[in-house]
Amino acid sequence: MSEPKLQRVLVIGATSGIARALSAVLAEAGYGLMLAGRDAGELERIAQDLRLRHAVDVETVNMDLDEPRHSLLVIDTCAQGGLYGVVIAAGYLGEQARANTDESEMLRVLNINYAAPAAMLNRLARHFEQTGEGFIIGVGSVAGDRGRQSNYHYGAAKGALALYLQGLRNRLQPAGVPVLTVKPGFVDTAMTWGLPGMFLVASPEDVARGIYRALRRRRNVVYLPWFWRWIMLIIRSVPEFVFKRLKL
Amino acid sequence: MQTKRIELSGWGRFPSTRQEVARPERYAGLRPAGNMFNLGRGMGRSYGDAALCNDGVVILTERVNRLLDFDAETGLLHAEAGVTLEDILRVFLPRGWFLPVTPGTRYVTLGGCLASDVHGKNHHHAGSFSNHVEAFELLTTTGERLHVTPENNPEAFWATAGGMGLTGMIGEIWLKLQRIESAWMQVRHYTGENLDALFGLMADDTLDDDYSVAWIDCLARGDQMGRGVLMTAHHAAAWSLDKKHKPFAQPGRVQRALPFDLPGGLLNRLSVSAFNAIYYRRQARRDEYHDHLLHYFYPLDSIGHWNRMYGRRGFIQHQCVIPEDNALDGIKALLSVLQHYGLASFLAVLKRFGAGGSGHLSFPMPGYTLAVDLPISGDAACRVAADLNAVVLEHGGRVYLAKDACLAPDEFRAMYPRYPEWLDIKRQLDPDGYMRSDLGVRLRIGEP
Ligand SMILES: Cc1cc2nc3c(=O)[nH]c(=O)nc-3n(C[C@H](O)[C@H](O)[C@H](O)COP(=O)(O)OP(=O)(O)OC[C@H]3O[C@@H](n4cnc5c(N)ncnc54)[C@H](O)[C@@H]3O)c2cc1C
Repeated sequence: MSEPKLQRVLVIGATSGIARALSAVLAEAGYGLMLAGRDAGELERIAQDLRLRHAVDVETVNMDLDEPRHSLLVIDTCAQGGLYGVVIAAGYLGEQARANTDESEMLRVLNINYAAPAAMLNRLARHFEQTGEGFIIGVGSVAGDRGRQSNYHYGAAKGALALYLQGLRNRLQPAGVPVLTVKPGFVDTAMTWGLPGMFLVASPEDVARGIYRALRRRRNVVYLPWFWRWIMLIIRSVPEFVFKRLKL
Repeated sequence: MQTKRIELSGWGRFPSTRQEVARPERYAGLRPAGNMFNLGRGMGRSYGDAALCNDGVVILTERVNRLLDFDAETGLLHAEAGVTLEDILRVFLPRGWFLPVTPGTRYVTLGGCLASDVHGKNHHHAGSFSNHVEAFELLTTTGERLHVTPENNPEAFWATAGGMGLTGMIGEIWLKLQRIESAWMQVRHYTGENLDALFGLMADDTLDDDYSVAWIDCLARGDQMGRGVLMTAHHAAAWSLDKKHKPFAQPGRVQRALPFDLPGGLLNRLSVSAFNAIYYRRQARRDEYHDHLLHYFYPLDSIGHWNRMYGRRGFIQHQCVIPEDNALDGIKALLSVLQHYGLASFLAVLKRFGAGGSGHLSFPMPGYTLAVDLPISGDAACRVAADLNAVVLEHGGRVYLAKDACLAPDEFRAMYPRYPEWLDIKRQLDPDGYMRSDLGVRLRIGEP
């Protein structure tokens, strides 16, 4: 990572609040970007903004994680065009109440937050083994650390993603490619705006800077902001016979 | 639309109410709803109730703030309404571009600047903000996306420029930036020992410059009433700079924020009069010098939350313009009102306006504009403002809506004679009156 100039990073789920902030940090550091997402108009607005502010190359590409075949084709093309890093920032909170009775909603949550990202990383793992450089960043969630009745579909998917990243990290270790798992707490984005029960909400910019710092320090897992590590430690250590009675 | 209920106020912190806000992150989310009251809001740097909508939803534009295009030949910038002047300066100042017109703070959005049709210290030469806007996109409550230019739709253009957000949401703006050779200002000070002398200086074309503003010590009485310092400036040419002024150097950065509210009584007559006297002497001593433009244009921006200076209950700023012919009398009368109440004002700023804006509700008209902080809270401030407003009316002037919190409906109608014309257009663009603000409700905007 000593020569970031001209290196290209693929950002999946690029219109999300965290991805937008992280893209700005990467662009400022001199990386070129490939922004992937569903909303072509928004992608182009973000791309144009990054080009004007940071004078880096930014491309956009249409990708719908609910269309796995097409997404994998896109990934292949990106990899062929040269790819230094990849950021998986796609996320879909879904509605827990609906998912409890409607399996198509539940599968959508699992697919966007876990299955599709894992499939794409699967496709890219060979690429990174061959190039032997670059990085992978996966954005999970503190919700993936313990199942709670209020959001365990989302939590299960994010937890699975974290486990997948752990395995991938192990696999790519010999190739020297770091895999960073990010576990944000509440971040002030469209996903949390107006939801009840939000506390200690961090700005996407602070979280993005934290991610970049963790990447440079070659950390494996980072909680952002840092105190979530301790909050989750406590939450994880509540015994199950107590936890299952809690209304969380 | 996901919304949230929060405590909201303008920069003067009066009035302050709890209300619903939404914060779209995508351009599509900026559309106003056509089935409930709503209103756009930028950085909330208007002072009173212009950016509040108590019985509807305030749509924050802070995340719809992308730069979309820039033509380095012509200086034409295309950007979303939530882009702040600070954003623009950070990106384009090092490349040799500056805003054509800027208010005294850079923490305002393009949308807010157009909706208020803001003016700067160069109004007498450059006009107001809307004079440099080539086009904008207006999102209406009827679901339309209008590309508006002064040529293709002058009605919508001039009703929206200065229309205080009541015609629709401004989505994108095309603004012409100006080229500059350096980030330095060549500044000159002239002292006037009373208001007549100050007016003499301001009207003297040989002393005039691209930018000009006067500062008045409003506590000086008798022969000295209205004494002040005229400060004129232009962008320094690159050749005129000496070695220690690099053309596009960053200014020394001292960002300090007022961490808490000052107790109300701290800013009393005594402390302010001491401040004013010191300031008067210090500024008066300086002759010609170079100042970084960020310091020159935004002296208060280096103190974050300086509005806390006036304590929790807030304050109002009163800004009015008096037409040329009555200006000297009018401003004397205004100063007398302030002195009658024994009001100490930290800031009394006098500027000269050139030709009026073309916006139906634009504030500027040819004459002199005076802005004073009323360092007392809420309703008490409104009682003083009422006396000031009477003076303004009597002299044929008007009050700036972006700073107002106290005006009455009939006063507004007398001050803004083009209101009926504006109302016709408002009714075409927003037939059901869903764009609505507390300012609008207070002034009964929407009624004849
Ligand atoms: C320190 C200081 C100095 C100032 N100096 C000057 C000065 O020199 N000259 C001057 O003219 N003004 C000055 N002002 C006032 C300020 O420039 C205006 O009030 C400006 O409009 C504030 O912009 P904002 O983005 O904060 O808008 P807000 O205060 O959030 O909103 C102002 C108005 O614009 C509307 N609006 C905002 N965004 C949109 C949008 N996207 N679409 C439709 N309507 C919208 C709102 O509904 C509201 O009516 C000053 C203010 C401060 C605090």
